[in-house]
Amino acid sequence: MKNYSTDLLIIGAGAAGMAAALKAESLGIKVILVERNEEMGGILNQCIHNGFGLHYFKEELTGPEYANKFENLLNGKNITFLSNRFLHSINEENKEIIFTSSEGIEKISCKALVYTAGARERPFGSLLIPGNRVSGIYTAGMAQRLTNIENRLPGKKALILGSGDIGLIMARRLTLEGMKVEAVLERMPYPGGLARNITQCLKDFEIPLLLSTTVVEVRGQGRLNEVIVAQVDGNFNEIKSTRRSYSVDSLILSVGLVPSTTPVMHLVEIDKRTRGVVVDSIMRTNKEWVFAAGNCVVIYDLVDYVSKEGEIAGENAAKYILGETFGKKIKINPGNNIGIISPSFYVENTELELYVRVIRPCENKKIIVKSGQDIIHQSRHISMIPSEMEHIKIKKDKLLNVKELTVEVIENE
Amino acid sequence: MKIGIIGGGVVGALLAYELTKYNVEVTLIEKEFDVGMGVSKANSAIVHAGYDDEKGTLRSKFCARGNELYDELEENLDIDLKRIGSHVLAFKQEDMNTLDRLYNQGIENGVKGLKILDKNEIIRLEPNINEHVIGSLYAPTAGITEPWQVAIGAVELAQKNGLNLSLSERVIEIKTENYKIEKIITDKKEYIFDVVINAAGLYADVISNMAGDVSIPIHPRQGEYILLNKFTAHDLVNSIIFPPPSKMGKGILVLPTVDGGTLLGPTSEDLSYLLKDDRTTTRHGIDEIVESAKKLVPSIDVRETVKIFSGLRPESPNKDFWIGKSEKISNLFHAAATRSPGLTAAPAIAKFLVEEIQEKMKINFSEKENYISKRERIKNFFNDESLEKYDEMIKEDSSKGKIVCVCNKITESEIIEAIKRGAHTLDGVKFRTRASFGECQGGFCTHKIMKIISKQLNVPIEDITYGNDNSYVITGKVRP
Repeated sequence: MKNYSTDLLIIGAGAAGMAAALKAESLGIKVILVERNEEMGGILNQCIHNGFGLHYFKEELTGPEYANKFENLLNGKNITFLSNRFLHSINEENKEIIFTSSEGIEKISCKALVYTAGARERPFGSLLIPGNRVSGIYTAGMAQRLTNIENRLPGKKALILGSGDIGLIMARRLTLEGMKVEAVLERMPYPGGLARNITQCLKDFEIPLLLSTTVVEVRGQGRLNEVIVAQVDGNFNEIKSTRRSYSVDSLILSVGLVPSTTPVMHLVEIDKRTRGVVVDSIMRTNKEWVFAAGNCVVIYDLVDYVSKEGEIAGENAAKYILGETFGKKIKINPGNNIGIISPSFYVENTELELYVRVIRPCENKKIIVKSGQDIIHQSRHISMIPSEMEHIKIKKDKLLNVKELTVEVIENE
Repeated sequence: MKIGIIGGGVVGALLAYELTKYNVEVTLIEKEFDVGMGVSKANSAIVHAGYDDEKGTLRSKFCARGNELYDELEENLDIDLKRIGSHVLAFKQEDMNTLDRLYNQGIENGVKGLKILDKNEIIRLEPNINEHVIGSLYAPTAGITEPWQVAIGAVELAQKNGLNLSLSERVIEIKTENYKIEKIITDKKEYIFDVVINAAGLYADVISNMAGDVSIPIHPRQGEYILLNKFTAHDLVNSIIFPPPSKMGKGILVLPTVDGGTLLGPTSEDLSYLLKDDRTTTRHGIDEIVESAKKLVPSIDVRETVKIFSGLRPESPNKDFWIGKSEKISNLFHAAATRSPGLTAAPAIAKFLVEEIQEKMKINFSEKENYISKRERIKNFFNDESLEKYDEMIKEDSSKGKIVCVCNKITESEIIEAIKRGAHTLDGVKFRTRASFGECQGGFCTHKIMKIISKQLNVPIEDITYGNDNSYVITGKVRP
């Protein structure tokens, strides 16, 4: 059994993990970065479309290019990269993390851990859509993997359920590769992906986007050959008279991501609703030596945000290892029309990078952050929809001596 | 003596297991691509205690006995059996009367350990149960298993002992002369058997008709299920929870699966005898499951669903099995209409038919001298081995260290072993190893498993299916 020891161990070499490694190393910390796949980059490697890096690198990159930039930055640094390692177990008592690999079991003892395991896709079963048990139903990520990496097409004619960004990107990709994409369906009355993707992936290719519409049945013998769709009312109940049938052999699902947290569910606090790791403003979990960042915390819109959060985790894990102590934790509560909020706690004397999603779309409204009854931040947002994350930065000098924080949308001014 | 078994579900597989203990030549013919893929694949997976079967029925004859025999199967077939016990709940005083009736019936059937519990006792054992419960019938011998593993394990062991297994082969004609089966004709070849056993599940009526025997009255009864994520919904209940029984059967249950998930269902809908392949799930079925299951365990959250599915069971009008020698055809035996509790009764039915064949055919089977009495499951190294042992094993075979299914931690080595043991489809691998059975439902690993199958069996990746021929995954290359 091979034994390693390091200052900081990072699990997952995707956008968050790579950024965390770089930042921690720059503070003089010895880092081991572990990845279950062959290469660094995580899901970026199969995202061959562009649109990455506009915030972080100030240039537009494809997924592999974005990953490659980080890889180049990591090369030559005091960072040990171990690939093809799979997390076996975590021994909390002596901070020892155990991995399997094709060479045997490896134990890595560390002073701090950054968990950056990303997310998984919601499976078809969770949608409770009735019908036959058929092949030809893919999560968008699986279809993307098959098309972009495995060089295999999933089928000939497709419907896409869910207008999340991956669904929109796949509508364009599959069209470019010769499949006929009949339509993208969205259960909500507004699209689930970024506005720029609606234009560039659907409008430019004349792929219809059907809002308030969902799949009500899948049919086929062995392989999918028919999908029944219908419009839904305000309570998402099917409007029977609007049923129509599509003859397709593929159904691609872009119905949401779930943070990958099961490997640490007994170690750190997990949000029961979002399944994300609960963190504070320094990306620390409820265990003082464990930090987390990226899609395993909350599902972000942009990889640039993920890398930024990874940096915060890496920096603070390094500070923890160097003996720095941190301030008190203060709860951040979602108020009116706020659905998702991250982080869940503010740590005194730190900058606050707040990411929120509204529950209902709204226009020209203010988001305010309150400490008790005192408003410590307000910003006006022209248009807010649940699928677009709002990013709010608050300087630490505005956050002195705050009590419990509440974030809310002001409806009537 | 040559014996042919038609049907490779749990019943046919256990018949093969019992018969290959003796010096007879046994052939098992299964129309599907793998064993255990019909009725056996999709049911509640319960080894029932045996209190539910009325006196005088074949069910009462075989169920409690079959339950006992599962200990032997667990040992010899190396399958999972968890005797977690069952509760039939009572919410009203009249339900308590039903519990009393079931209790007495259970005692008559020889069921051990039955107890009527009061509210406090149940809540202590099952804290998530509906607080309006007033009592329950507790049966500690009830358990859960994986029915397809029973079929796979039994057939594997039978093969070690000389079973001829023929998959993807359909019986199309049975030639008889003087009320005796002379020849079985399949879509591949012809067989001559001294004795034929009809264990064709939903198609037992078709086989019986082909042989010129009476029409066995069976029809499919559909049951839909919801399976919840084993990581996030695994400790909802500790045992099998039945509602108070109704005329349609045992009702919609909440129970743990062997793998740690929670299973809800089944619905119970009678279909025409023509709809033997209709494993459709329905909106009203799913809604009914959710509503009924929440009455038992209010905290159930169906957002944790990983899969919905539907199974068919061969129901008969008199709600009983059809077991024994044909009255018309001299060398035909039936193991038919194995409705609930068919899975539980199957080992007892198999043992009974071995005796019955000897008695009715006036022959004594002699035991095999070099009989191999045990089969080993495909080991899950990641979850089951100590770190030290696992480390050594990887050093001998690096594929044991490569995780393919990230949810259930299934290694490349296990998938290769499943293929060696006969899996050639994604479902074949899944039901032997649990790869792609987890919370992402194959999202991360399907392409990896396809590559392994392609390499091991030297078939193009385009030809790989989930199960039957038309269930292909990809259509071709993006670029040449």
